[in-house]
Amino acid sequence: MPNILVLIRLSTHDTVDAHATALLAGAARLGTPIAVLVTDGPLGDGTIAALGRAGAAEVRHYISPEVDSALLTPMVDALATAAADTAPVAVLTENTIDGREVAGRLAVRLDAGMIVDVVDLRAAEGRAVATTSVLGGSYTVESAVEGGPLIATVRQGSLEGPVTVTEPEVRSEALPVSAVPSAAVEGVSETPVASNRPELRTAARVVSGGRGLQSRERFALVEQLADALGAAVGASRAAVDAGYVPQSAQVGQTGVTVSPQLYVALGISGAIQHRTGMQTAKTIVAINKDPDAPIFDIADFGVVGDVFTVVPQLIEKIEADRR
Amino acid sequence: MKIIVLIKQVPDTYGDRRLDQATGRIDRGGDLVVDEITERAMEVALKEKDARKAEVVLLTMGPASSVDVLRKGLALGADRAVHILDEDLAGSDMLRTSAVLAAALRREGFDLVIAGNESTDGRGGALAAMIAERLGLPHATSLNTVAIGADNVAGERAGEQGTRAIHAELPAIVSVTERNPEARFPSFKGSMRAKKKPLDTVALAELGVAEPASRTTVLTATRRPARAAGRKIADDGTAAAELAEFLTSSRLI
Repeated sequence: MPNILVLIRLSTHDTVDAHATALLAGAARLGTPIAVLVTDGPLGDGTIAALGRAGAAEVRHYISPEVDSALLTPMVDALATAAADTAPVAVLTENTIDGREVAGRLAVRLDAGMIVDVVDLRAAEGRAVATTSVLGGSYTVESAVEGGPLIATVRQGSLEGPVTVTEPEVRSEALPVSAVPSAAVEGVSETPVASNRPELRTAARVVSGGRGLQSRERFALVEQLADALGAAVGASRAAVDAGYVPQSAQVGQTGVTVSPQLYVALGISGAIQHRTGMQTAKTIVAINKDPDAPIFDIADFGVVGDVFTVVPQLIEKIEADRR
Repeated sequence: MKIIVLIKQVPDTYGDRRLDQATGRIDRGGDLVVDEITERAMEVALKEKDARKAEVVLLTMGPASSVDVLRKGLALGADRAVHILDEDLAGSDMLRTSAVLAAALRREGFDLVIAGNESTDGRGGALAAMIAERLGLPHATSLNTVAIGADNVAGERAGEQGTRAIHAELPAIVSVTERNPEARFPSFKGSMRAKKKPLDTVALAELGVAEPASRTTVLTATRRPARAAGRKIADDGTAAAELAEFLTSSRLI
């Protein structure tokens, strides 16, 4: 079986999160998953066991004192070193800001083709075929690469699959200080995780609010419906620009792309840049005062009405049904 | 200080954007505009020019129509523009595009390169870092804020888990997010002056980048069926109940 490298970024407390698990499951479809990690110290037994449960057949662990201070370079170096040693047919990273740039730099180093924001992966006739959803989900494209490994960034929440639980073989080595100059990281300010709500990118349900919510205080209505539905909170760019919610909640062309089972748009007109980020949702519900709002063109169920009237009633119904 | 801004022409996101289903390439037949994020990149450069002395050069790679975005940038205040124009570049993937742009940047020479973090058409979000890798330079990318110093550049880097304060020595490659200010508007005077500014066209042969060829191949491209509007009701006091019923029958609550 061909080797597949997977860049694993441990989340806080060195845990192997759902995104890392999904990448390993995607790798298992193509060949033997090899987890590549860079840390500034030893790897805990718990972490190794978790990687094994997620299906990593092997763990390549690189120790670099620069991992948090030299922007991305240690990860590019680690993947390049592992690739030289394992001759992979594919290298997978998460489709995040960091993941895309690590993949891009690795593609340059390995002179290999790169495909970003992959939503599906399969092996066909001895090569990896990647599916992407482009132009805001208007097209589905299948691509492959020639003349080298596939470097792919995988959209979070898109891959899953059966894995074989293993006791991975672990190789740890020190990563030499890179000859490539890097930007220096001076400080990190983590986005506080404000609630127990599901993560926007991978949530099965999303409730989003737009300018129609009128103020930061009244935007709380979106959160209340989200909590009644067990949904993540999203927003249109207009709501973000108006300061109702942080930018991390922005759904659309320049924000997060979501593909949930249920998407509820409250007070969102549905400019094409917003639709681009949510139109592949399975079911779309829209509530808006303006009967001509373009969001109604793609909504499975549309209510022309005042969100401040309809939504509290809806929350009451949902909660009454639960009792 | 010499700043090169990477600028790109893209299909208007307000229009109906299409892919050529035979090649998987973006159909450039519709309305074409400057990618807004590259206008913001240009604004960062022009602010530096306003505040201190800086030469601002625009660089694009694209079909003949791309000259429009360079003209617009010159009207806004850039000093010079370079257009890499060659039929052989049609359909270039990121690997090839980064090689061609890196060769043009090397030839031109610079202190700082500013790009957008992610185009609205390809959405690759990696080109600036790929160029930096090719040139052996640091990249300070996905910056929400940009502070340009005499010999370094610093700013706040966006991220899914939080932001990071980063800085890099010049020369460096920067990319900016949409948290940066919008572009200024062109003045009549600026537009008149732009006509006299140098706009050079460069062919691939002049850059000497035969390799690498594009390595990605599109196998199939299929248009998703358009979404149809479903039920739409006006609230007469019962809409919430009907909506709750819809969600229940769809097994969503």
